[in-house]
Amino acid sequence: MQFVKNRLDYLFRSTRGLTLVAIAVVSLITAIFGTLSGPMVEWGIKDISVRLLGMKLVEAEREGRIIMLYHTIAMTIVAIEVYFMTEILPMKRHEQVIINGTMTVGYLTAVVFGLLFAYWGHAFVFHGLFLLGQSLVFFAGILLCAALGPWKKEYRLEKDSPYAHTKSGINLERMAFFVMAISMLLSATFGAVTGSYWGNGHETFLGEDLIRNPYKTDLQKAIIGHLHIMLTLIAIAITLIVGRWLKFKGILHRIAMPLMIWGTITITIGALSVVWVEWAHTIIYVGSVGVMLAALMFVIYSWDMLIKEGTADIEKPSGWQKFKALLSDPIKFGPGWQMVFMNFTVSGVGIFMAVKLTEIFRVWPHREERIILTGHWHILASLIATIILFYFADLSGLKGKARKWFGWTVIIMSNLAFGSVTVFSMKRLFVTEAEQQSIVNWLMLFTDIGLAMVLVALAVFMIWRLYDLLQAKGYWMQEYNAERKSSAQAEIEEQKRKLKELEETLKEVEK
Amino acid sequence: MKQTLFLLTLLALTISACAPAPSIGAITPPYVDTGIDPESWALVPAGSFPYGQHDHITDVNHDYEMMVTTVTNEQYARFLNEALAAGVIRVGEVEVETGEQVWVEVGAHGFYPGDPYDGYKHEEEIKPGDKLFVPTEADGVRIMFDGTKFASIPEYRNHPVTMVTWFGANAYCEYYDWRLPTEIEWEKAARGTELVNGRGLPFPWGTHIEGKNANYYSSFDLFEKMFGKLGNTTPVGFFNGRTYDGYETLDSASPYGLYDMAGNVWQWTGDDYPKQHYRHMRGGSFYSYEVDLRVWKFNSAGPQHYSPQVGFRCAR
Repeated sequence: MQFVKNRLDYLFRSTRGLTLVAIAVVSLITAIFGTLSGPMVEWGIKDISVRLLGMKLVEAEREGRIIMLYHTIAMTIVAIEVYFMTEILPMKRHEQVIINGTMTVGYLTAVVFGLLFAYWGHAFVFHGLFLLGQSLVFFAGILLCAALGPWKKEYRLEKDSPYAHTKSGINLERMAFFVMAISMLLSATFGAVTGSYWGNGHETFLGEDLIRNPYKTDLQKAIIGHLHIMLTLIAIAITLIVGRWLKFKGILHRIAMPLMIWGTITITIGALSVVWVEWAHTIIYVGSVGVMLAALMFVIYSWDMLIKEGTADIEKPSGWQKFKALLSDPIKFGPGWQMVFMNFTVSGVGIFMAVKLTEIFRVWPHREERIILTGHWHILASLIATIILFYFADLSGLKGKARKWFGWTVIIMSNLAFGSVTVFSMKRLFVTEAEQQSIVNWLMLFTDIGLAMVLVALAVFMIWRLYDLLQAKGYWMQEYNAERKSSAQAEIEEQKRKLKELEETLKEVEK
Repeated sequence: MKQTLFLLTLLALTISACAPAPSIGAITPPYVDTGIDPESWALVPAGSFPYGQHDHITDVNHDYEMMVTTVTNEQYARFLNEALAAGVIRVGEVEVETGEQVWVEVGAHGFYPGDPYDGYKHEEEIKPGDKLFVPTEADGVRIMFDGTKFASIPEYRNHPVTMVTWFGANAYCEYYDWRLPTEIEWEKAARGTELVNGRGLPFPWGTHIEGKNANYYSSFDLFEKMFGKLGNTTPVGFFNGRTYDGYETLDSASPYGLYDMAGNVWQWTGDDYPKQHYRHMRGGSFYSYEVDLRVWKFNSAGPQHYSPQVGFRCAR
């Protein structure tokens, strides 16, 4: 019994345990529901999964199923980001506990009942519970915003702090987290209000199917705004998180944080105004410049830091030595590289498409344009996932060869897969339909190999964590003890602060 | 050393897994007789039916007929010869215009009166003028022109005509006093009026799809053995319950007896939607995943578009 209790304590009462559970949930969702599409259909795996699990798949409900699946994965990813935030950002212990607890119950409820509703018959009790789960996640978001409160005295920075701050000491990085969280709540509200019209004026659709329709309803535009801004904010959140992890500071930090705050606000306004404003795209572009410049500052900082740390014991390092130092730790090099790679496969493609829309992409059939659009955001979402994995691998104390193999496998293979998908989506630029078979076969193969290898790396990592969890004094125990220790220290500090505050109140009253 | 060996093995496996795949034009398949007459028509009576993914009950207030199969290469070659003799079409270079781009193609072309233009954002203006019907010198064409006469590649004569622009499809139907079906007409002909558990049929033959029903991506039909996973067109009416050289098919006609209403080739429909002028295609093709074969799914492209996976059938 104690064996189970200890492990449950670790899994559900520590940040790393909670993150591990959430990553396992996403892995399970990917493993099960990934069998329902792509090559798994060709190989007959889909039929086996449907039969074995007793799924009830109605053809007309496919789009709705996919939307539920996206929501459940998104909820879990948001949960992981919140766990990271409550750990790396100073806040009171009870705030951390309440936020994480609410978030955990919320996302698990949303995942379990959302998927049951979508794939096992439309029992509306499950839909109601799915909404309850999402509401809890939303409530956890409100609690997070309250805890972040960047203007609070105890979170202000000294004047000579290397981190971006205002004259009055307000921590601009904390402000950026706060603005992102508030924007996410607003954007979630936007989606929730629109979703409430489901079956009452709003019909399920996938955004990429409507792209050429000149008559989009307000509800459709609202959903399109919602889905774009939510993914963007998830990307902004992970950028801020890895910045904290790699101790982003100095002049670049001071430039980046105001840009990030301004960019986040502008993009959110742009995406949500899509319903009413014809030129909302222009607002989004302007905001994107701020966010992307802030990300660029982080990349420059993190790579410079890696080079400096890797050549610290060399008096005058050569270019080659600097290059080697940059690549010496794939786990820390990875986040910056994936952000750069994102520009080739996501942002670059998006800008090229916007510039050449009438000239090239609207000349192609809708299905070709659709491939680019779905590829575009699947790649963005997957790159965010790899950055989360890098951070968690570091938190898990991955060392030595295992660290290098895991890091490089994820970087190289994800880049192979997403690079291939990008070329695949752009193939009409250089090959006709009649001649495309060979190139399509190659690109599909590279994509499948890349994705399969990333999933194998993830599976090996998770199996290692599972094996470790079964050990009496595994790494999980060290993690848990370390977290309990730091929590206890934080609690003591909190109690001291509280005691001091009470004593001051008493003195004031006695006067 | 071990790492190098591992990487080399991986590379070898990758290369061996990727045998060169033939292009559509590189192999000619054998002629296969399906027993379905491409000259036949089916009646679709007036009445309401569940339209679109969300089954909106929609009324069609007229009887109409649709071709039982898509137009074949043989039929289209015959039209080109007749229209050439009648002076309705010409053969040679023609300017193709799509919004901001203009280029020259060689093929059969004829006059189109143009579409109303509203100057809407991203709207492509379709001006009156000579339009390409079908190219004669592009990859994947199956109708050859010897300088005086058009003829189908014999083995492909009962395959759906492809590489035809919307202008070419429209011209064919109008030449015989027919027309392209509207999207609503097309969908009604594909799925009929039946409701199963309160929903219209997602496929012409029923609620589920398998490789023996239709020609789609990786459906493992007879022609995928020759052309690889992406496959090729199958003769019109191929999936009619017959067995060909040991390959068994299921009778996959629509409730009104139309074949190939899912898979094989996308089919042009006749509507001109204001403010965009993209022409919609229905049915999915041999390049499509099965989800795009659901009767309400559509593809769209400008009327100048042609492709090895796009054909059409007429209504009257």
